[in-house]
Parts: sequence; structure tokens; C-alpha cells
Amino acid sequence: MKISVCVKQVPEAAAHKRIDPQTKRLDRSGEGALNSFDVNAVEEALRIKERVAETEVVLVSMGPERALEGLRKGLAMGADRAILVSDDEAGGSDLVATSRVLARALEREEPELVLFGQQSGDGEGAVLWAAVADRLRRPLVSQAAEIALEDSRVVVKRQTEFGYDRIEAPLPCVVAVSDAINEPRYPSLKGIMGAKKKPQDVLSLGDVGVEAGDAGEAGSPTEVLALSDPPPRGDSVRIEDDGSAAQRILDFLAERKLL
Amino acid sequence: MKVLVFLEHHEGELVKGSLGVLSKAASLGADVAGVAAGSGVRDLAGGAGEFGAGRVYVADDPRLEAPLPQPRVDVLAPLVRDGGFDAVLFGQSVLAADVAAGLAARLEAGLNWDLVDVRVDDGKLVGTRPALADSVMVEVGWRSQPALALFRTGSFEPAAPGGGEAEVEDLSVELEDFSTQAAMVEQAHEERSGPSIEDADVIVAGGRGLGAPEQFGVLEELAKALGGAVAATRAVVDAGWYPYAAQVGQTGRTVSPKLYIACGISGAIQHKVGMQGSGTVVAINKDPNAPIFEFSDLGVVGDLHEIVPKLTELVRSRKS
Repeated sequence: MKISVCVKQVPEAAAHKRIDPQTKRLDRSGEGALNSFDVNAVEEALRIKERVAETEVVLVSMGPERALEGLRKGLAMGADRAILVSDDEAGGSDLVATSRVLARALEREEPELVLFGQQSGDGEGAVLWAAVADRLRRPLVSQAAEIALEDSRVVVKRQTEFGYDRIEAPLPCVVAVSDAINEPRYPSLKGIMGAKKKPQDVLSLGDVGVEAGDAGEAGSPTEVLALSDPPPRGDSVRIEDDGSAAQRILDFLAERKLL
Repeated sequence: MKVLVFLEHHEGELVKGSLGVLSKAASLGADVAGVAAGSGVRDLAGGAGEFGAGRVYVADDPRLEAPLPQPRVDVLAPLVRDGGFDAVLFGQSVLAADVAAGLAARLEAGLNWDLVDVRVDDGKLVGTRPALADSVMVEVGWRSQPALALFRTGSFEPAAPGGGEAEVEDLSVELEDFSTQAAMVEQAHEERSGPSIEDADVIVAGGRGLGAPEQFGVLEELAKALGGAVAATRAVVDAGWYPYAAQVGQTGRTVSPKLYIACGISGAIQHKVGMQGSGTVVAINKDPNAPIFEFSDLGVVGDLHEIVPKLTELVRSRKS
């Protein structure tokens, strides 16, 4: 079977993130990394590949060409190849535009299973899969805590506000996994060495059949109007335990009349 | 301005998040309607009038019984397209987020998410979204009609201006083939035992840093001494260390106690959104770089296994 994992390169977790006041977009000039939530989705795809013979895992992404660096981590973990839609006209795409481009790229691949991670570490979005599933006209299950593959269907344990559901969907379908679903592997040295040689296709919007006006800011029905500082939080006190921490917590609570 | 609010329900009641969004919509001076989809939902629909809905559209169909998103997109899309709504508002939930994003694709309509506020400026909606781990506030707008908005949990309190019963209008339900292929095999049922953590003034919460499930006993002792309840992160609930009913976070409970003591919790976004409304936050973690310290009033870098039992003793002797 073919599994496509939708992934994204985001600024490195430890890096100071900022929004460019001119373009009102996230500054992506610093170090990048594969979105950590997507790593869980890649891992889940690889675990299925280990169980199901002749499974191909294809990473699908959109972003500037340097996003290939992030994709290589997924390839080093064991994914077979990567597709990156990269086009100057695609920058600044919002949910509607991004889902349009990704759906077109996925239609070319015709995977049986499309996997997403729980959220993007930069935009903090956690909705893209539902838009992509609607465009692909495929069944959707999100917040997967477990995925079992049975014949030509998935059985997913989903966590919601009310507990755990069990949902079944036939392939082909779209599943978004939670970050608690697995502990992702680290790429081996051999994997890292081999990653560069794996197929990595960079496609333009034209290649996937999306017109320039349907992507990027032009194709995005939302906009950023202004940026401002958040309201300040009260002073925060930090202490290191030298044996007196319990007493200091007690004093702090007493001072705030919380006892 | 015509506004439609997605009314989510659970076990025969409209959920608080939907009612909060409904109240906010009413406060904008808009012409507000609600939409409820499910099986046997007609009875609860009228009650939305009290929170500001003049009219509630009801899609009552056995195929809508399970809380799955795609059939709800099928219900909302024609209603929004033909009803001339300027905006469709949703309160965050696993279900609502998937419905909102599916609807955005279906209608090619802009969706802004994680909003904490919305206002009308020159006849246009403007949303407020804290971004980059709440380090910057972003004002967002829409170029589409309708404008779709998904609000962060707890952004608005339900307020009942006392509008009386809403007018209920039935919708015909036509579902796409692909929308009905995902099927609920087993639906979650809440297991309520003891007082809910949502009502507690004091919460002592534990995460992976506890090291082992039996270590929750230490937190239970402290919670008892403080007259509070024990909560847990998703990671330890998924690992089976503590019951789901005690989970705080995006897919667990949203709590706002006067005091929240986080023990061995790193502070992932998933957890943060469930407890950021707490009055005072005390965090104990041995990792000085844990994100939890960024939103704590008192951060203690140290070993919780030493600190928590000592604190319990101190609280007990002070109270006796």
C-alpha cells in the first residue's frame, strides 16, 4: 500500500520565533527542522510499513526549497521518497490555499492512507487534515491515539474531550495522529547517509495543477491585519531547590492567601 | 450582520463552549442563529434562545448520532451557502475544529482559529489570536463571505440575557457518500467518580516527571491536605497511569482553579490550553528549561519526590 505523510518544516524549537512586521509572516530565515508533531506521523507510517509488505511511505510537503532539509529527516528515519511543492507564488498560503495545494499533490499520488501530525509547531494550527479530507472526498479520523489496520480499513482509537472513541473507516482515508501515539525512532547513521540519495521531487504550483492566483496570499481568504504585544503576565519567581523549596512554596501560598 | 453559531451537544445538553460563543455573537449586535446536528436534538435546540439565538436550525437524523465531523459539514454547507450568513462561529473542540476546517474547504471560506476575541470594525469582523506560544497578539481578518472563526476554549462565558425560546427550523439532511464512511464502533462515555476537577479550587497535577504511576499517591496526599483534586497530563493518561476523567488539556478538561500546582509537567501546548486560566500557577520540575516555567507564577527547579511530601507535611501542620 502507499502511505502519504503530510509534513512541514518549521523553525527550530529552541530558536527565537518572530513574525516579520513588514510581511506579517513568520520569519523563516533561521534554523529549520521537521515539525516535531509530524515526526509522530512519519513514525506511525513506518510502523505500518514494517507490518504490511510492499508499503511505500511518501512525504508530501509545501514550503520554500530549503524545507528539503526537514524532509531529509523523515527520509533518514525510513520514508521512501519526498515531494515538496515549492513556488514563490505559494508563500503566505492560509488553510484554504494550503489544503488546495496539498490535495492536488496528494491526488497525483493516490495513496491509500494519508497521515497528518497533531499540529504545526509554528502556526499552531490543528485543522488542515479536515480541509484536505474534504477536498479529497475521503473519510477522516483525527486525534488518533492508536491505529490498527484490518484488511482494507483502519480502526482508530480517538481521544476527544469525553474519552476514547473507536472509529472505523475504509481505505482510502485520512488520519491525523496525536503526539502520544508513539515514541519516534532516531534516524540511524546509515539512514542519514542514505537519505540524500532517496528521490526528492520539487514541484511547482503548475506541476500539481494549481493556478498562482489560487495559492499564496492571493488565494487565501484570511489575512493578518496587525501585530501587538500580549498583555503582560504578573511577575514570575524562579527558585532552585536547596532543601528549602517546600517552605518557600508554603510562604508563597500563604502570602497569596491560597491556604 | 447575520451570524451562525455551531451548537455542539453532549449527553442531551448544549456544551458550555458553544453557549459562550453564542453569547459573544449576541453581544456583537448581530442577527444570531444557531445550528444543531444530531439525533434527537430538537428538544435541546430551543434552549439556545436564552443565550441569544433568535432561531435554531435543527438537523435531526439518526445518521448524525455519532459526533463525527463530515456529515455535519454536509449539513452546514448548504445552510450557510443559501442562508446568506456573514460569519459562522465555533467553540474549540475535537469535533468543531474538524467541522470548521471541512466547511472552509467546501465553501472556500477563510477560517481563523485559536481566536480569543472578536469585534466588529467598520462592519467587518476582526479576530484576536495569540500566536507563537502567546508571545504576540495577532489581529486577523477575512476576505471571504462567510468568515469562519474557531475560538479557543474558555474565551467567553455563557451569558443568558433571557431571550426566551428560539424559533426552531428543521433542515433536510442530505449526506455525501464519503461523509458517512467513517463509523463510530464504540463511543466514549464519561466515567465520573468523585468531585470533578472542573469544580476544584486547588488542583495538584502530575506528568511524566512523576516517573511511575504509583507516585500519584504523593500528589493525592498534597491535594488532600490542600482540599483540592488531582489532575494529569495526556501523556500519563494515554500511558494508563491515571484515569482519563482527570486529564487536563486540549482533549481533556479545561480548568481554572485558584491554585494549580504542576508537578513533573513539561508544559506542552496540549496541556497549557487546559490550565492557562488558572489563578496562580506553581510548577515543580527538575528541568530548568521546561516550558511550564514560562507561564508559572512560582517556578521551582528541583526534585518533586523530595519537595512534594515536605510541602504536604508543612501544609498539614499549618492547618492543624
